[in-house]
Formats: sequence, structure tokens, C-alpha cells
Amino acid sequence: MTASASTMSPPPTAEQYEEKEFGFWLYLMSDAAIFALLFATYMMMVGNTAGGLPGKELFSLERAAGETALLLLSSTAFGFAAVALSAGERSRTVIWLLVTFALGAGFICLEVGEFWGMIQEGAPPERSGFLSAFFTLVGTHGLHVSIGLLWIAVMIGQVLFKGLTAPVASRLMRLGLFWHFLDIIWVIIFSVVYLPGLL
Amino acid sequence: MEILGRFTIDSLPFYSVIAASGAGVTVLGGLLVVGVITWFGAWRYVWTEWLTSLDHKKIGIMYIMVALVMLLRGFVDAAMMRSQQAIAFNSDGYLPPSHFDQIFSSHGTIMIFFMAMPFMAGLINLIMPQQIGSRDVAFPFMNSISLWITTAGAGLVLISLVIGRFSTAGWTGYPPYSGVEFTPGVGVDYWIWAVLISGIGSTMSGINFVATIVKCRAPGMYMFRLPLFTWTVFVTAALMIFAFPALTVACTMLMLDRTLDMHFFTNGMGGNMMNYINIFWLWGHPEVYILVLPAFGVFSEVVAIFSQKRLFAYLSLVFATMAIAFLSFTVWLHHFFTMGSSAKVNSFFGTMTSIIAVPTGVKVFDWLMTMFRGRIIFKPPMLYMLGFLVLFVIGGLSGVLLALPPVDYVVHNTTFLVAHFHNVIIPGVVFGYLAGYMMWFPKAFGFKLNEKWGAWSFWCWTIGFILAFMPLYVLGFLGMPRRMEHYEIAAWQPHLIVAAVGAFIIFLGIVCMAIQLIVSLRDREELVDMTGDPWNGRSLEWATSSPAAPYNFAVIPDVKGLDAFWQMKAEGIAYKQPDHYEDITLPRNSSLGLMIGVLGGVFGFAMIWWIWWLAILSMGVIAVLIIIRACDDHTNFVMPASEVKAIEDAWFAKIAKAPRNEMEDDPGFAGFPAPEGTA
Amino acid sequence: MATAPIIDPKGPIILAERNLMFSATAIMMIVILPAFLMTALFIWRYRGTNRKARYTPDLAYFWPVEVVVWGVPAAIILWLGIHLWHNTYELDPYNAINPSVKPLRVDVIAQDWKWLFIYPEQDIAVVNELVFPAGRPLSLKITSDTVMNSFMIQALGGQIFAMAGMQTRLHLLADEPGKFWGRNVQYSGAGFSDQQFRAIATTNEDFDAWVEKVRGAEEKLDTATYEKLLKPSQKVPVTYYSDYELNLFDTIIAKYAHNDADLTPSSETAEPAQ
Repeated sequence: MTASASTMSPPPTAEQYEEKEFGFWLYLMSDAAIFALLFATYMMMVGNTAGGLPGKELFSLERAAGETALLLLSSTAFGFAAVALSAGERSRTVIWLLVTFALGAGFICLEVGEFWGMIQEGAPPERSGFLSAFFTLVGTHGLHVSIGLLWIAVMIGQVLFKGLTAPVASRLMRLGLFWHFLDIIWVIIFSVVYLPGLL
Repeated sequence: MEILGRFTIDSLPFYSVIAASGAGVTVLGGLLVVGVITWFGAWRYVWTEWLTSLDHKKIGIMYIMVALVMLLRGFVDAAMMRSQQAIAFNSDGYLPPSHFDQIFSSHGTIMIFFMAMPFMAGLINLIMPQQIGSRDVAFPFMNSISLWITTAGAGLVLISLVIGRFSTAGWTGYPPYSGVEFTPGVGVDYWIWAVLISGIGSTMSGINFVATIVKCRAPGMYMFRLPLFTWTVFVTAALMIFAFPALTVACTMLMLDRTLDMHFFTNGMGGNMMNYINIFWLWGHPEVYILVLPAFGVFSEVVAIFSQKRLFAYLSLVFATMAIAFLSFTVWLHHFFTMGSSAKVNSFFGTMTSIIAVPTGVKVFDWLMTMFRGRIIFKPPMLYMLGFLVLFVIGGLSGVLLALPPVDYVVHNTTFLVAHFHNVIIPGVVFGYLAGYMMWFPKAFGFKLNEKWGAWSFWCWTIGFILAFMPLYVLGFLGMPRRMEHYEIAAWQPHLIVAAVGAFIIFLGIVCMAIQLIVSLRDREELVDMTGDPWNGRSLEWATSSPAAPYNFAVIPDVKGLDAFWQMKAEGIAYKQPDHYEDITLPRNSSLGLMIGVLGGVFGFAMIWWIWWLAILSMGVIAVLIIIRACDDHTNFVMPASEVKAIEDAWFAKIAKAPRNEMEDDPGFAGFPAPEGTA
Repeated sequence: MATAPIIDPKGPIILAERNLMFSATAIMMIVILPAFLMTALFIWRYRGTNRKARYTPDLAYFWPVEVVVWGVPAAIILWLGIHLWHNTYELDPYNAINPSVKPLRVDVIAQDWKWLFIYPEQDIAVVNELVFPAGRPLSLKITSDTVMNSFMIQALGGQIFAMAGMQTRLHLLADEPGKFWGRNVQYSGAGFSDQQFRAIATTNEDFDAWVEKVRGAEEKLDTATYEKLLKPSQKVPVTYYSDYELNLFDTIIAKYAHNDADLTPSSETAEPAQ
């Protein structure tokens, strides 16, 4: 409270890291509920094309497979970063984080390209209920991935400037949870959106 | 004027005297607050002790201040509706539909999102960490963000009075009416962004409270030793984590429909309005329990303290709370039995809804059994508790009637429905929060509230409530739809006049609360709570000083059973000053939460008015602030043992000086827990 | 025109709905009255100043009480649940009332802020007046050509929503000739307060005479007239149309089709999705 009292500023305690991880799990559950509702909405509206193009004519399996590969690989790369982190190897952690970032960014590029292509084909989100639901579901995931990329960039900076300190390691753990969570969501998107749309 | 989005000079409320005066009062009120703080030269104090504080108790108090201000605003809306309907028989009254429709929309929005929710979050913040023997919530900084973005949402609703207009689509914002085709303009966008922004704050609060209760309990405070209020908070917070995403999704989709011309809920083009209604109530029904469960928790504390008796059937009450929470996710369809679902679907949801009456009934009888063979002291919190018991049962009855689909067909969308949900929300939620406010006030400010004016406020609220809402049940049977701006049925008018009188008496109740606050502030020396335990309380929040020190507990208590503090008093180990103190780590103040809240409000405003550059700018700055915070490893400070000792010494000196416990003066007082007389 | 249907039901549907409400209220009194009595009694008996009353500060559990407080409400809800299930099937608004009598079919369209009634068997259309013979079931198909509305004639029975692109159904029956009050009860915008209509139950002869009168009306509800009528308007007087555009009701639903399959709807497939 008073200035005299705050002479020391200790980092958070071990219990506080545990609390943060627990809180982050709670956040992920809440976020999962958001995706669950977006999936439900998509499944309900998949037929509501209002005379516009259906998924079958819009989706490309190659592109979806490419997106999947990039995101799964980036998750694997994050796994290597986590291994390096627990081994306490700073530069290897940074390198794997960079690989994770590059693969994630590749995913975003492919997705932006896909969206752009659909808009060019006359299938923008305002064309039909189906397309609104598609862009919102996949776009929300893409937004999460973009925020994850920003987070990875910040963490690369933290590892470089602060080293693998306890607070940095704790943040990387939570980033890992987030990144793998997005992977799981993408696998569901692939199975719910792209596969039925193409088969 | 692209730079200001779709703002034009016509957006200012000069089109009507009433709208302009509403705007004037809002602006003047804001200026008055700023003026008073400046007059007393208190900006530094307000900034360091309040606005940037991460102390859960101060955040709680600020939440409750927001709630009380919004209660006034929401009440003004209610008074305008009641007076309009009292005179609008075969006449247009004094409010045109365009204005009346904004008023019922803002009344509901404010009372649910910006009165009840902040009031609840405030009481929880103030009390729950103290009840579990913790020094703060799990995430004090996130707590501050929750507060300030909730306040930003409230701010947007207030700003809509001055710049532009508010929604006319009701507090539920049903499409397709709320779509851009039928309600262009900024009104619905104000509603969406106020609700979206504060909803994110509520989700964060939910996460915070669950993490706090799971991770920050004192040693020995097992889950089944939690005071009942904390139990209800735990269950409510879990509901918030899972229910608020539904609100976020529904509002976001509606926003996308309106802003980006999408087709989630539009008529045609593949939109489906029924999806909105399903998702909205998937949040909306749990929300009812999110609001009422903590009030049940307050009542459970109140009834035990003021019956001077242990709470009856603690386990039963906990399981009833869990049952209600679980069932609350299985009943949302009862909000639209009349949408043409099959008999099978309607009977399922009707039955699930009726089942909720069972755990609720259990609670009522367990509270009654707590009073059985007690020694009841009729302090204002207990008066509210008793008023609740009687009135809430009526609300439960009308609720079960509405759960029967064939009955719902007849009275849905009528004032019967309005009477029902006010019958559960006013005696249930509001009375609960007011009981908590009057009981825990000393924990916030160190002195009690005047009891005479508290009792008067209770009688005004109760009588006013009965007069204002019982006629609405009758009007529902007479077929009066809700949200009528004028009408041609003579038989309705007498009931509406009685209802208006009732609203006026509720207003007197609010006036009594204001007088109570002023009188108590004046007599704060007399009403001072020296011991921190003004009511001979049972749980740990009464073990701290009033107001509690920044760290709550200098030494974290060791909990040995239910009613932890009562037990400590019985064993004679309460108020024993330890030999030495240790350094205490506490969260350091941060202004980032406030800044994120303000910028969140700016972002919402920019999105409402399509000022895209401002939206991008404010969101960018929020991102930068979060990154700055995320890179900060030194968010705590250490309060040295010497300073702790000084604070504690002062408190123990006060306890030694305390002439006698405040409760002893009451003729109904049954005695303190005696060391030998424990069970 | 407004009477309280719970006092004075005008048809078998509202009578059954009211009786369910009465019996549910009565059965719930088993818990409600004790709650009231116990509250009053305990406040008096266990007031703090009454030192004669027993005081057991540690009484916190007594299992027979728990059996009663869980058991009795559960039994009531069981009773209620059975009645609820039975009555919800019985009073499903989609059910035909008396299959042996041929109902009068009327198609109902909600507009801003008025009601259009189409009589497909009589080939007439009417704004803001619903005339039908008493004693003969009324079979309504309902849709909206604007925002969501809710159709109710409370004297005869409950309501059902009207939604664009969808059709809902409602069956009503008036016992005796009489004038009732019907309206939209789901808020729908600025003209909501006046969005009401007269519902008139007549004798068979009067109904036939009324149909003849409408058939003699000059105006016909062709596409152009319909488009004009559709524009938002308030306090629209009763208007008769001696004829209307073929398949008008289905065309209005098809306007809001979700996909290609919906573009050629038969009215039976356009039920709201579950």
C-alpha cells in the first residue's frame, strides 16, 4: 500500500503458478463452450445456403489437409520447445518456438488465402447463413491462432531477454496448453466442417 | 464526417424534452462526482486507494457502488414505465413508443447486467476470500479488469442516454426485430456491446472465484466446511464459466449480423432466429440461478446468525444448491414453449423445470428449521430474510405454473410473466443482496448501518413490491401483454394505478436506504464496530477487523470445523494475539486494469458508431497493455512484519477498549459461544 | 371485450388450461401453506425475547425432517409431472380438437402491425377481423411476414409464435357466439400496442352471411395490394378482400426459404425445426 512497505517485490510463489495454471484450465473450458456453440450453430446452418454455393463446391481437401498438417506440426514443434524448456536449454527453446511460430503463421496464411478465395468466388460471409456460420467458426479459431502467434512472439522475447526464469517457464506452460487446445479444436473443425463438406 | 463514423448532430438528444433531461441528469451526475472529488482534492486518494487497488475488498465495494448507481437509473426507468401505463388508457400518455420501448429495454438490461451482477460480484469479492481464510482472490489483477470492464459496459448504457439512443428490442434482444433490417441505428448496438463487454468481465469473475475457492482455502477449510455463502459462490461461479460463453456467442452473432451483414438470425438468406433464442436462454436460464444462488447463500448466513443457531441441514443445502445448478442447464426451452415445439419436447422441459422446485423447496424448509427453536433477532438483514421467505414462495408457485406448458401458452408474454420474474428477482435476489449489504456493511467501512432506517427500507420494499406486482398477476389473467405503451381496456387501468403506487413505495424504500447511509455516516462514531464481529457471527469473515486489514488475516487461521469462527470463540482461541508476525506478500496496485476497462469502453463505443480507426487503436493499446503486464514479474509487494504488527496492535487495542459486543444490547441476545458449551 | 379467461372460459381449450392451473395451484398448497404457517408461527414462537420457548442452538440435523422436506415436494412434483405430461400432449396446439367435425381453416399472417386472415375454403381475406362459427373448431396456420409475433385470443386458449419462413399451428374452439379480443403479445416494434383484432364467434347462419358480405367487397388482394398492405402501418381498420392471390400463404413462407429444397414448399414440410 504505502511506498515504504513495497521495498521488495518478490516474484509469485509456487502456489501462485499452480493457481494460474488451474485458472487457465478454467478459461479453456469456457472457451471450449464457445466453440461447442459455434459448432452446434454451424451444424444447424450447414444446409442454409439460401441458393448460394454449398461447402462441397467451396472447400478444397488439399488446402484443408495442408492447414491441418501445418497446425499439427506446429503443435509438435511446441512440444520440442517444452522439452528444451524442461532441459533448461534457452537457445533450443527459442529455435523451436520460432519453428512453432513459422508453422502457425503458415497456417494463418493458408487460411487467409482460403477465405479470400471464397470471397472472390462469390461466397462471402454475408451470402448465406451457412457461410456466416462457416466464417465465424473457422475465423474464431483463426483469431485464436493469431493471438497465439502474438503470444509466442512475446514469449520468444521474454526467453531472450529474461531467460528461462520461473515466471517465463510458467507462461510457456500455459501457452502450450493454449496451443494444443487450438490443435484439438482444429481437428474437430476438420472433421465437422471439411470432411462432411467434401465426402 | 467519416472520422466520427455514423455520428451526426441528430444523434444528440434534443429531439425530446424527456430525453434531453435524462441526458442532462447523466452529464450533471458525472460532473458532480468529478467536482466533489476535485473540491476535496481527493484525486490522489481515489487513484491510489481505490481506482488502481487490487485489494478484493475495495474492488468489491466499488462493484457495489456501481450497482447502487445503476439501481437508481434502472428504478427511474421502472417509475417511468409504471407512470406511463397508469395514465395511458385510451391516451398516448407522456412517452411515445420510441421512447417507452427504450425504457423497458434499458430497465431490464441495467437491472440484470449492471445492478444485480455487480452487486453480486461486489458481495462475493468483499466476503468470500475472508470466509475461506484467504488474503485475496486467486487473480487480483484479473479481478480489477473484471470490475472495470463491467463498469465500462454500464458506462455505455449511460452514454446511450446522451449520445444516440438505446435499444428498443427489450433486454433479451430477440431477432429478427433486433436485426438491422427492423432496427437500424445504434440502439441495439449499444445493448450488444454493453452486454458483450460486461459478459466477458463476468466470465473472468467466474474463473477467478472458482480458482480462489479451489486453491486459496485456509488449512483445514475442506470443501464441506465452507460456509454456505461460499458454497453458493462456488456453484454460481462454475455456472458463470459455462453459461456466459453462450451469451457471448449469441451477442457476437447478432453483432455480426448487424455490423457485417451476416445471416445468423435474419428473416431469410438462411438465417434462423430460433437459434438465437435457444443460445440466449442457454445462458439466460442459468443466469437466473447465477443471480439467486449467492442470495440463497446470504440468506443461509443471515438465518443462522440472527436465529442464533446452527444452520439446519448444511449438507442438504449444499446438495440442493448443486442440484439447482445442474438442472439449470436442462430447462432453457421453457422460455419459449410457445414456439411450436412438439408436445414431447415441451413436456420434457416442463418436467425438468418443475423438478427445480424440489431442491428450492428443501432450502425454504431447511431455513425454516433453522429458525425452529432459535432465538430470532429482528435486525434488518433478518427482516429481509423473512420477507423473502414469504414472498419467494409465491414466486415459486407462479414459476411452477409457468413450467406447465398448457398454462404457459395462456400467460406467456403477459404481465403474469413479468410479475413472476420480478417475484423471484426482487424478494429472491434483491432482498438477498440488501440483507448482505446491511449485514456485511461494517466489514467494508467499520461501522454498522442504522437499523431503524434499515427496517423502514424493508417495509417499503416489501409493501411496495406487493402493490407493484400482485396486480400484474391479475393483469396477466386479463390478457395484458408486457411492453404495452398504451391500451384500450378500461379494466386494466385500476390495477396499473395500484402498481404505480407500489413503484412509488419502492422508491420510498430506496430513499430510506439513502437516508440510512447518510444517517449512519453521520453517526459512525456511535455505530462503530470495534471488534470486527458485530453480530456474534459464525464464519471466518467475522474474525477479521472491520474494515479488514489489506491482508485480511495476519496469521492464516487453522480451520477445525463448520462455523470456524464460532468454534474459535467457543474454544477461547479467538482474539489471541500471536507473539510474532511474518512478512506478508500482497498484490501491488496497478492502473492497467482501469486503463483496459476504459479502453474496452472506448472500443465498444467505436464499434457502435462504426469509428473503425478508434476501434483498431483502442484494441491495439489494450493488447500492448496486456503484453506489458504479461512481461512484469514483480506484481507483488511485501508488507514487512513490523507494519503488520503495527496494524494488528492497533486493532487489538481497539478490541480491548470495546465496551461490549453490540449484540449484547439486544433483548433477544442468547449469549456468546461459551468455551464449555460446545457441541 | 377483455374478460379474465380463468373466471370465464369461452371454449374447451382454455377451460382445460385453466383447470390444469387450478389443480396445480391446489396441490402446491400442500407445501405452500405449511411454509406460510411455519414462518408466522416461528417468528412469533421463537422471537428472541420469548424466553419460554425452547432454544436448541446446536440442533442442525434431524433425519425425519430431511425425509419430509425432500419427499413431500418430490411427491408433488411427481404428481404434477404426470399431469403435465398428459396435459401437454392433450393440449398440444397442433392437435385437431374434434376430429369428427370438419374444422374451419384459416391462414394467419402477422404483419407490422396488423393481422391478415386468409380463408382458403371461402376464397376471402380479411385484415384485423377473425370471424368463425361457434361450435366448429378453428384450425389456424400461422406465419409472419415481419418480425416474430405471437398470436393469442386469450378467451379461447393459449398463444403460439408467428415466425417468418415457418408455419405454426393452433386449434381453438368457441362454445358460444361472442366477441373476443385477439392480438399479438410478442413485442414487435413501435406499433405493437395497437396490433390487435376482433375475434367474433357467430352462428353458422351469421357466418355464411358474413362470408357473402366479404365476397362482395370491391378490393382483391393481388400482389400489388399485398405489397402495399405489408408496409408498416398502425390502427388499420377492418378490411375485406373478396379474393386473394393463389397460394399466398405458401408464397409468403417461401420468401424466406433457407435453401433450394425449401423453395417449393408444401405447407406441411415447413414446420419449425426441432
